[in-house]
Amino acid sequence: MWEFLVSAVINGLMSGAIYVLVALGLTLIYGVLHIINFAHGSLLMLGMYAAFFAWSMLGISPYVTLPFACLGGFVLGYLLYRGVIGRFSAGKDENILLITLGLAIIIENLSLFFFASDTRTISMPGGDDIIIIGWLMISVPKLISFVAALVLCAGLSLYISRSDLGKAIRAVAKERQGARVVGINVERIYAISYGLGIACLGAAACLLMTSFYVSPAVGHAFVLVAFTTVVLGGMGSFVGALVGGLIIGVAESVSGAFLGEQLGQIAIPLIFVLILLFRPTGLFRGSQ
Amino acid sequence: MNKRDIQSSRVPVTDSRRRRTLLGVAGAAATGTLGFPGLMLAQPAPVRLGLIHSITGPTAYNGQHCRAGALMAIEDVNANGGIKALGGAKLEPVLGDSQSRVEVGVSEVERMQQQGIHAYQGCYNSAVVIAASQAAARYGTPFVVDVGVSDLIVNRGLKNVFRLSPGFGSCVKDGIATLDAIGKSSGRPAKSAVLVHESSEFGASTTKLIQAQLPGIGIEVKDVIAHDTPTRSFDNVVMKIRSLSPDLVMHTGYVNEYLLLARALHRFRADVTAYSILGGGFGAKLVREAPEASAYMLDFNHWYNPKDARVAPLRKRTEDLKMDFIFEVYCAYNAVMLLTDALERAGTVDNEAVVASLASSTWSDHFLPYGPTKFVNGQNQGGAAVGLQVLDGEIKVVAPSAYAEAEAVFPRPKRG
Repeated sequence: MWEFLVSAVINGLMSGAIYVLVALGLTLIYGVLHIINFAHGSLLMLGMYAAFFAWSMLGISPYVTLPFACLGGFVLGYLLYRGVIGRFSAGKDENILLITLGLAIIIENLSLFFFASDTRTISMPGGDDIIIIGWLMISVPKLISFVAALVLCAGLSLYISRSDLGKAIRAVAKERQGARVVGINVERIYAISYGLGIACLGAAACLLMTSFYVSPAVGHAFVLVAFTTVVLGGMGSFVGALVGGLIIGVAESVSGAFLGEQLGQIAIPLIFVLILLFRPTGLFRGSQ
Repeated sequence: MNKRDIQSSRVPVTDSRRRRTLLGVAGAAATGTLGFPGLMLAQPAPVRLGLIHSITGPTAYNGQHCRAGALMAIEDVNANGGIKALGGAKLEPVLGDSQSRVEVGVSEVERMQQQGIHAYQGCYNSAVVIAASQAAARYGTPFVVDVGVSDLIVNRGLKNVFRLSPGFGSCVKDGIATLDAIGKSSGRPAKSAVLVHESSEFGASTTKLIQAQLPGIGIEVKDVIAHDTPTRSFDNVVMKIRSLSPDLVMHTGYVNEYLLLARALHRFRADVTAYSILGGGFGAKLVREAPEASAYMLDFNHWYNPKDARVAPLRKRTEDLKMDFIFEVYCAYNAVMLLTDALERAGTVDNEAVVASLASSTWSDHFLPYGPTKFVNGQNQGGAAVGLQVLDGEIKVVAPSAYAEAEAVFPRPKRG
């Protein structure tokens, strides 16, 4: 029994790492812009298509695509904020919500038109490799995702806390008007933060593509989990996103293993409700 | 017609149809008939066929293939002169998207009914078929089910509903008998199984039937695992399967989850033979995208008659559309042909006459591994599925012997 439990915990940690990566961008965007990015799932899907086409048309491994996807994600996010979200929101948070929702619908339907609704997967060498430690089996691509999530989370956290730009981001997150008064270009910081959030999605998309499929609706499978992760960890907290994602992954996996895959799915909404009831600020207060 | 036509709600205009339209307009202009619309009215009114499939949503891949099959059949019927008993009336597709959702399927029927639909065809998802055909029954409009396996579809006493392909009741019965035969002929019959299924009407009901019938052939069911659609990971499911060490894993699920489970079984070196009955993801896509994981997988499912000469050209047309030649395509194609035969014999589009014509159908000009049609309560008694296996990177018919292309490898060789 305990062997099964340990396997479930390990599998949960591996799945949780992906949730961390998806949630990382969401929490950064919330922490700075104070909005829920409804286009998050759709942009994740775009990243997954990028990884898929890089592999299927150019033979480039998703691991090699990853830095380019991050860079592309950053540029896309920056331009989206500068060209669409910032321009049409008129400085109102509720407008930003509606614009990101509209973006999600547009991106999803354009993807449906251009990529069709077929689900696509990649079968790359080493994609089915596992590490066997006694009775324990760990999928290599998922282990890589796990390590990458930790590295990315630590890197982003360090960058935000140590660099000048990071300090500016934190200043804007804490006090928008104050930051403006001391000469920080708030709109630029918003665009950069949005870009960084989407860059995180680029990484998540490449790592996810090694073990999952992509279709225009694939974002739906992850975005609700990412929202729960952000709420659990504390909105705007990187450490919260890391711990929250891993907790959700393990909770989902263990409850799925012992209650059945279907009943186990209640773990995520249950955590969501419990957190809202007993600790609405999340495990870690948004540090920003 | 191209793939984008299939995904859009626009009715595709084929090159030949476009050409005919242009020629017709040019000819009419030349002879001056444009000034006499009465002459144009001599053309028989088209027979409007409502095609409702899941063009978007979780089962969009399957629904789009159903639509493609139906549209190719309509193209062929029209190219061959339309419905001759109706003076050469053309079949006119009216396209609907259920979005893989029951309530949308129903609203598509209501919308189309206002457009004067003469018959419906659909819908892939059993739950949508049940609701949409019920809605069509209120108007008495004939409803031909191309794909949809729940037996509830034909067990409600609705006189307007007809299904050409077999339902899960007969598929499970025949599939279990085929599993028994394959096991016995290998000399190493399976003794135990774990059942995995998606949790809607299709997966739950099919698995319930399988679970009830496996003990009859000496197979113990060690566990039944339900999962949602979509499911993000099957790692735990495979760990559980490994811990139970069954001889068989039997999965009833839709295409994405079917693929994910196959890959997880392969990744975690689960030495278990995969045998599904109506495994929703067993097909060309599975073999193409998971060539190693799909090797030796067995399925009992809808298929074509591999010995029929009409298969190869239709396969080519389907592949020219950059689509897979899967059962959704040829089941939908043949369903249109069944309706065409019924219209020819009815000689009218009157609902009651077409329903009566379908009910008395003995149509045999298909390329499915079926005998002539014979409908009892709307279910074709001549329909049957076949045993399939992925061998050398291709799907081969392994049972029954009348259609078999290869001998089944059972149980599967140990994974390396």
